[in-house]
Amino acid sequence: MQSRLPILIFALLMAAIPFVPGVPPFWIVLLDNIGLAALVAMGLVLLTGVGGLTSFGQAAFVGFGAYTTAVLSTAYGLSPWLTLPLSLAVSGLFAVLLGLITVRLSGHYLPLGTLAWGLGLFYLFSKLEFLGRNDGISAIPPLSIGSFKMLSPGSIYYAIWVAVLVSALLTMNLLDSRTGRAIRALRRGHVAAEAFGVHTPRAKLLVFIHAAVLAGLSGWLYAHLQRAVTPTPFGAHAGIEYLFIAVVGGAGYVWGGVLGAAIVVILKEVLQSYLPLILPGSGQVETIVFGIMLVALLQLAPGGVWPWLMSFLPERTSGKKPDTSLKLEQRSRPAGQSGVLLQVEKARKQFGGVVAVNNVSFDVQAREIVALIGPNGAGKSTTFNLITGVLSATSGSISVLGKKVDKAPPQEIVKLGISRTFQHVKLVPDMTVLENVAIGAHLRGHSGPLASMLRLDRTDEAKLLAEAARQIERVGLADQMHQLAGSLSLGQQRIVEIARALCVDPTLLLLDEPAAGLRHMEKQRLATLLRELRDGGMSVLLVEHDMGFVMNLADRIVVLDFGTKIAEGTPATIKTNPEVIKAYLGVAA
Amino acid sequence: MNTTIMLFLLQDGITNGAIYALLGLALVLVFAVTRVILIPQGEFVTYGALTYASLAAGQMPGTAKLALALGIGAFAFDLFVARKAMHTRLIVRSFLTNIVLPAIVLALTIYFAAQKPPVAICIALSLVIVAMIGLYLYRIAFQPLAHTSVLVLLIASVGVHLALQGLGLLFFGAEGQRGPAVLSTAFTAGSLRFTGQSITVYAITIAFIVGLWLFFGLTLYGKALRATAVNRLGARLAGIRTTLSGQIAFLLASVIGALSGIMIVPITTLYYDSGFLIGLKGFVAAIIGGLVSYPLTAVAALVVGIVEAFSSFYASNYKEVIVFMLLIPVLLLRSLAAPAVEEEKD
Repeated sequence: MQSRLPILIFALLMAAIPFVPGVPPFWIVLLDNIGLAALVAMGLVLLTGVGGLTSFGQAAFVGFGAYTTAVLSTAYGLSPWLTLPLSLAVSGLFAVLLGLITVRLSGHYLPLGTLAWGLGLFYLFSKLEFLGRNDGISAIPPLSIGSFKMLSPGSIYYAIWVAVLVSALLTMNLLDSRTGRAIRALRRGHVAAEAFGVHTPRAKLLVFIHAAVLAGLSGWLYAHLQRAVTPTPFGAHAGIEYLFIAVVGGAGYVWGGVLGAAIVVILKEVLQSYLPLILPGSGQVETIVFGIMLVALLQLAPGGVWPWLMSFLPERTSGKKPDTSLKLEQRSRPAGQSGVLLQVEKARKQFGGVVAVNNVSFDVQAREIVALIGPNGAGKSTTFNLITGVLSATSGSISVLGKKVDKAPPQEIVKLGISRTFQHVKLVPDMTVLENVAIGAHLRGHSGPLASMLRLDRTDEAKLLAEAARQIERVGLADQMHQLAGSLSLGQQRIVEIARALCVDPTLLLLDEPAAGLRHMEKQRLATLLRELRDGGMSVLLVEHDMGFVMNLADRIVVLDFGTKIAEGTPATIKTNPEVIKAYLGVAA
Repeated sequence: MNTTIMLFLLQDGITNGAIYALLGLALVLVFAVTRVILIPQGEFVTYGALTYASLAAGQMPGTAKLALALGIGAFAFDLFVARKAMHTRLIVRSFLTNIVLPAIVLALTIYFAAQKPPVAICIALSLVIVAMIGLYLYRIAFQPLAHTSVLVLLIASVGVHLALQGLGLLFFGAEGQRGPAVLSTAFTAGSLRFTGQSITVYAITIAFIVGLWLFFGLTLYGKALRATAVNRLGARLAGIRTTLSGQIAFLLASVIGALSGIMIVPITTLYYDSGFLIGLKGFVAAIIGGLVSYPLTAVAALVVGIVEAFSSFYASNYKEVIVFMLLIPVLLLRSLAAPAVEEEKD
C-alpha cells in the first residue's frame, strides 16, 4: 500500500518533541491527551468512516478499559502490565455482547442504540459500589519498567504514542487485506458483499470489537496517566466528542482520526484559555464557540480536514502491478461435456399481492449461454435474486448440480460456483478497480483479521491480487486497474463487475444487463469474451435488452412476461414466436 | 406496596410519559422530514421553560435577544444565497420574517418583562421566541447541510446542542428555576389528586398526537413533508419546496419542545442543562417507535415514564440505568426480526 516513509518520519518527529529545548511541559500533557483521543477516534474511523456503523458509545468502552485496570491494580494489587490484556479483554467482551445486539440494526437505529447503552453504562459506572460511585477510584499505581516509574506526563508520553503508532499500523494493515476489503464494502450495503461470500454480520462485529479494544487501550492508558478514574469522562458527551473528532479529521482515514484528535484537543485548550480574556463573563463561552465552529466546519468541509489536506498533494494513481504468475487453486470442474447445471422448477415469488415470478421453470446446461429476456417488470432480476439466494422463493425449487439451494443464503450459493453481476452496479466507488475485483476472490483466500494485522497474510494476499489482476486483464481493463472504481464510466463499471464475478472461478456466471451502457465495439468484445468462457467450460445466464446482442450470442433463450414464462427455444424460433412478438410489440394490428 | 403508592407512581409516570411522548413525537417529526436527529430538542424544552419562568418572575430572558441575533444570521444566509439574483419580493419577505418579527417580539418582551405579565402573555411570548429560534436555527445550521448524510447532520445537531446549552447558562445562570402553574385548579378522585397542570399535560399531548397523525396521514401537505424525507430530489421535481418542509418541521418541533418545558417547569425545577436528559428519554421512546410511528412512540413514552417512576421508587440509584437499558431488549427484538433486502444507503 502506501510507503512507510511518512509514518517513520512522523514517529521520529514525535519521539524528538520532548527533547526539543524550551517545549513547555504543558504541551506534552496536550500531546498525551491527543494520543488518548486519537486511539479512540482511530477505532471510530474503522467503525464509522469505513464500516458505516456510527457509534456514540465508544466512551463506555474507554470506561471499561480504565475501570478494569483501576479495580485490579488497586483492590487486587495486580501489576499494570498484567491488567493490560485484561482491560482489552473486558472491552472486547462487552463489545461482543453489545455488538451482537447492535450491529444488526440498520440505519439510524444503530447510532441511537449506541447512545442509549452508552448512557446506561455511564450511569452504571457512577452508581456501582465497587467502582467507587461518583468519586471513582484513586491511587492507581503508575506504569513502571523495572524501577523506572512513569509518573510524569512526559514519561508516559512514549507509552501513549507507541500505542497510537502501533495501532495505526495494525489498523492500516487490516484495511489493506482480504478482511479489510470486506469491511470497506460494508458501507455500500450488504447485498454485493454477501454475493461473494462475505459474512457481513461477522465483519461488522469484527470492526465493532476492534474499535472497542482500541478504546479500551485508551482507557487503560488514561487510568495510569491520571492515576484516578471518575465516571465523568465516560459519559454521553465524551462519546459524542469522540465521534466528532473522527468526523472533523475525516471519518474514512486512519490519520484523520489522529489529526482530528489534535485539532479538537488543541482547539478546546485554546478556547478555554484565551476566550475568557476576550469575552469575560460566566464560563462555558468556549462551549458556545466550540459548537458554532463545529457547525461551520461541517458546512465548509463535510468530508473532514484530512482528505481536504491530502487533496493538495500530487495524486498517486500508479500502483504496483501484482505478479500475475502466482496462481490460486482452481475449482474442480464436473467431468463430462454435458449435464444440467442449474435447474429452476416452478419457482414462485410473491411480494404481498404481486406475483413477481409465477411458477417459472427452466434449466441451464453445462457449457451453454442462456438468455433471459422479457419486457421491463417481467421478473428477470427477481429470478436472478432467487437463484443467488438474495431472495427466497415463496414456492418451487432451485437446484445446482442436483443439490437443492432454495433456502441457502447468498454466501452458500457462491460457494457452489455461481457468481453474478448486478443490474444497478454495486461497486465500492472509493476502492480501486483491483481491490473491487479482489472481493470476488474473497472465498479463495484464507487469512483472518489477526494474520492481516500482523502482515502474515502476504503470500495469500499476493495470490488474490494476482488473480484479480488476471481477470481485469482478461476483460480488457488493465489500464484502469489502479483507478478508483467510481471514476470509471458506467459501462466500464459493468465490466469491472464481470471481472469480479470471474474471480469466484465460477461454473455459472449470472450477468444482469451486462451490455447496457456499452458502445458497439465494447459489446462485440464482451460477446467474444463470453463465447471464450463458454468454450472454456463455463455456463452463462444473462438478462439483456439488446436483442441483436442476445440473438447472436445465446444458445437458448427463455422469455418472461409479467412473471410467467411464455416461450423457450433457440434464437431463431424465439424471433418468430407470436407470443413473444405480442409481449414486446402488443397485439398486431 | 399498597395500591395508593402504586396509583401515585402510575400517575407520576403517566405525567412524565406524556411529556416524553410529546418530545418523542417532535423527534420523529423532524427526523422523518429532514433526517436530522434533533439533539437540541432538550434545549427547546429548557429555553421554553426558563423563558417562561423568567418572564413570570419579571426578568428579561436573554432568549429574545438570541432570537433577533439568529434572525439577523438567517437573513444574512438568505442574502448570500440570493446574491446572484436579488428578487425584491424574496428579500423583503426574508427581512420581515427574520428581522422585523424578532425585533417586534424583543420590544414586546422588554415592555412586558418590566411589569410581571399575566401567565397567558408569558406563555405566548415564550412560545413565539423559541419557535423563532427553531426556525432560524434550521436556516443557519441545517439547511446548508440538507443534502449531506445522516451522520453529518447528526454531528451538526450535536454542535447546535453544545452552543445552545452554553448560551443557556449565559442567559439563565446555573441556578434552577420554577414557574407558576398554568392552571391552579385541582380536584381529588379517591386517593389521587389531579392538578389542573397535569390535566393540561394530558390534554395537550393527546391533541398533538391526534393532530400530527391526522396531518401526516390525511392531508396533502403532510404527505408532501413525508415525501421530502424519502427523496429530496424527487420531492423537488414534484414541486414540493423542500426547504419550507424543513422549516415547518423545525417550527413544530421547537413549539412542542417549548410547550413541554412550560408544562413541566411548574412541577419540577429545571436547570439550563436539564433538557438534554429529558430529550434523551424522548429519544428512547422515539427509537422504540422506530422513528416512524406516532402512536407507537406515544405508547412507548408512557412506558418509559412509568418504568422511570417505579424504578425511582424501588431503585432510585439505578433509575437512569434502567430507563436507558430498557432499549436493549427492544433493540434485541428488532434485530431478531431481521431486516429484509436492504438497498444501499448514502
